[in-house]
Amino acid sequence: MRRPCSVASVQWPVVLALAACVSAFAANDTVLIRNADVYPVSGAEMKGVSILIQDGKIADMGAKLVAPKGIKIVEAKGLRVYPGMIDSGTELGLSEIGSERVTNDANEIGEFMPQLKALIAVNADSANFGVVRVNGITSAITYPAQGGRGGGGRGGAAAAQYIAGEAALIHVAGWNWEEMEIKGSAAMQLNFPLIAGRGGRGGGDEGEAPAAARGPATFTEAKRQYDQQIQKINDFFDAARQYQKERSSNVVGFKKDLKMEAMMPVLEGKEPVAISASRERSIHDAILFAEKQHIKVVILQPRELAKTAAELKSHNIPVILGRTEALSENEDDPYDQEMTLPSVAYKAGLKFAFGTFNNEFGRNLPYNAARAVAFGLPYEEALKAITINAAEIWGVADQMGSIDKGKWADLMLTDGDPMELSTQVKGVYIKGKEIELTNHQIELYRRYLARP
Amino acid sequence: MKKIVLAGIMALAFFAHGSLRAEVTVIKNATIMTEGAKGTVKGSILVRDGKIAEVGENVMVPEGATVIDAGGQWVIPGIIDCHVHIAVDGNMNEGSVSVSSMVNIKDVINPEDIAIYLALAGGVTAANVLHGSANSIGGQTIVLKMRWGKDADGMIFEGAKPGLKFALGENPKRAGNPQAGGAPGTPLRYPSTRMGVEDTIREAFNEAIVYKAEWDKYDAAVKGGQHPISPRKDLKLEALKEVLEGKRYVHAHCYRADEILMLIRVADDYGFKIRTFQHVMEGYKVAKEIAAHGAGASTFSDWFGFKMEVFDATPYNAAIMQKKGVVVSLNSDSENGELTSRLNTEAAKAMKYGGISREDALAMVTINPAKQLGVENRVGSIEVGKDADIVIYDKDPLSEFAKVQKVLIDGNKYFDRDQDVSGRAAKEAEKQKLMEREKQDAPQGRGGRSPQ
Repeated sequence: MRRPCSVASVQWPVVLALAACVSAFAANDTVLIRNADVYPVSGAEMKGVSILIQDGKIADMGAKLVAPKGIKIVEAKGLRVYPGMIDSGTELGLSEIGSERVTNDANEIGEFMPQLKALIAVNADSANFGVVRVNGITSAITYPAQGGRGGGGRGGAAAAQYIAGEAALIHVAGWNWEEMEIKGSAAMQLNFPLIAGRGGRGGGDEGEAPAAARGPATFTEAKRQYDQQIQKINDFFDAARQYQKERSSNVVGFKKDLKMEAMMPVLEGKEPVAISASRERSIHDAILFAEKQHIKVVILQPRELAKTAAELKSHNIPVILGRTEALSENEDDPYDQEMTLPSVAYKAGLKFAFGTFNNEFGRNLPYNAARAVAFGLPYEEALKAITINAAEIWGVADQMGSIDKGKWADLMLTDGDPMELSTQVKGVYIKGKEIELTNHQIELYRRYLARP
Repeated sequence: MKKIVLAGIMALAFFAHGSLRAEVTVIKNATIMTEGAKGTVKGSILVRDGKIAEVGENVMVPEGATVIDAGGQWVIPGIIDCHVHIAVDGNMNEGSVSVSSMVNIKDVINPEDIAIYLALAGGVTAANVLHGSANSIGGQTIVLKMRWGKDADGMIFEGAKPGLKFALGENPKRAGNPQAGGAPGTPLRYPSTRMGVEDTIREAFNEAIVYKAEWDKYDAAVKGGQHPISPRKDLKLEALKEVLEGKRYVHAHCYRADEILMLIRVADDYGFKIRTFQHVMEGYKVAKEIAAHGAGASTFSDWFGFKMEVFDATPYNAAIMQKKGVVVSLNSDSENGELTSRLNTEAAKAMKYGGISREDALAMVTINPAKQLGVENRVGSIEVGKDADIVIYDKDPLSEFAKVQKVLIDGNKYFDRDQDVSGRAAKEAEKQKLMEREKQDAPQGRGGRSPQ
């Protein structure tokens, strides 16, 4: 029974023979996807179009493409082709089972840890990759600290952490992390302080450590601690700038420092700082901080956007929105606060993408986008937020995020709208390679459905 | 004087009812997924005195009836969540002992929990409220209707059989196994293995059988006209006696196949039935045995990976169990109402994972949980004679693009999106006013209120 197999593998015995192979990749050929309805995101829908994939890239596209002899042809009549989706907030490859600490490599110890790289800890065989890619997610940002936030997360290190390390943009299939890398230094992750004693829903995973740990008795005290923490971050950046000066002027006795070296691309504006900041004050202060330090920033999971969107817009700061399938921050907020957040971001003219910020919910990325549509976001904007917008924010729009000639052939074939819950993903290509549409969960399904 | 008071009370009673209840309501111009014998019909629903009086294409509108024009929108039966922890005041576990069948959710209902409103906003009209899963035998459960605004008694689903929560696997083990996450410094508590959990349940029923025999003997003697001394009432064993007598359902939290099978065999030995297996993520492995026992299964749509015992969780679980003859429902297990508020999307996932039909998918959050809770003659479908628990969606409810517009319980409107949205400004103003007053009252110590 090969029900969940893609249309392509149904037709190609070679692929079938490979189906038992452990690898996610089924083949590595030149492929023509014929007669599909293509939704390129970068332009209007094209019906009955063929896509030629060569060397992992989209080599050509058009209604009258002729297949070079001997290449693999995938009949896709009646199917839709979309760019593979990009999840801008995961811990994929770094965390396997939430509650089992030994299976987690996110959340290292240490306050300032820019030298840590999420990329090199990515376990290419993590079961979580198989889960997301069969639903059409082809790449993801994986953060060195859980939930895009440092410390305090479920099973995470309890101590304060400001800089968690470098987040990586990876393909969600490959033989190892090196082959999965798109951009190993996609962003430096910084957890912005939060004034303790917030009035949100108690408990849960909302702790935006460091400040959230033990709430001080008074607001004045909390504010003093908060200011101190921001000062600490500024001091670290100032030290990095001092190091940068000494480094370029060959000061006698200059010693290479790995932490400081890791900060150089940030100071040079080559690498954005991904700042977790949800509340109005944190967002506002993060903007001030970015301005003061002359750095490029992306704000992760901002929640109080109504009061901060204009300011973010005026600084052209992109944001990564969290799940819309979520509760509002405060009990007395409107019940649909999180669902309307993307439309608030859109109306303010912000550049935004979606992240699911938890491996368990990664495959539901398109449904979070759909929920935003139900609550006011134009459909096309939702689609962009899980494809091209993410590519633009992470600086790889020349390589991915839409179906255009010359870009990676990161594609999904579906029998309908990928944001609809009942739509089936019929084929997934990552860098032109067809992904076998199976995983641990599908294998269990087949095995136990057949139990007599 | 007495008369005046009585009239006052009657007027008050009338107001309490009259303010909410329209005696006769017609919802017209709707696509109705009845989840009953009629399937999906286009037409109207006549509601009289809180009950569904008529469903069909041509329903006469009685004079004076309140008419809700659904304008072509979708109508489904009120969603029933078979497993929640909302509307509970305080902690969910009596963690000092592993058999705590004496405690009762009924005693700690919190009708002001905002999660009730969130559930309503997601189309949920009834829910099974349970204790947590720290104990092998947790506590007594209760079915509530989401009658937001009523007091605790007013929320109780009158006539619904109460239950008793059991829990197997990692959670009840944890209290006796600090390595697995028990609070540091707490004394070990038996059991700490699955073997111990089985024994704990057996020991409890071993006692309960003796207890029941004492009471049976006493009851028989009383019936025979004798005047014996009654046995001592034991509140812990009383609940187990009710289980043995079939007067109380068993809802058992479980994940792995081994523990599910274990509990079935224990129940067989002591002559009681498991009404539902809850979560039951490996139910698909022993679906045959669950079906043979006659138990229902209430699971998650697509959760996985959050702890070791869900490593073999698959989103196809619901589909496999359904195909093997188990009555399946999908629940939220929510403490805060988030997942509770979008169970329609969870139902739709059963279509995606395993090809369940539209009607059967919706049944997993309507008529199936009604059957599992023994209230299928009252709720779960839109059929004549049943409670008018009805939800109106703007779009196909099996889509993430849909949102709830109105919710009726017993024919009374408890949620109206338009009213919610239009009332926000006034609510915000009221909140500001209250906060101002609080500030002014603050120096007086007790907020200006004299102790009563």
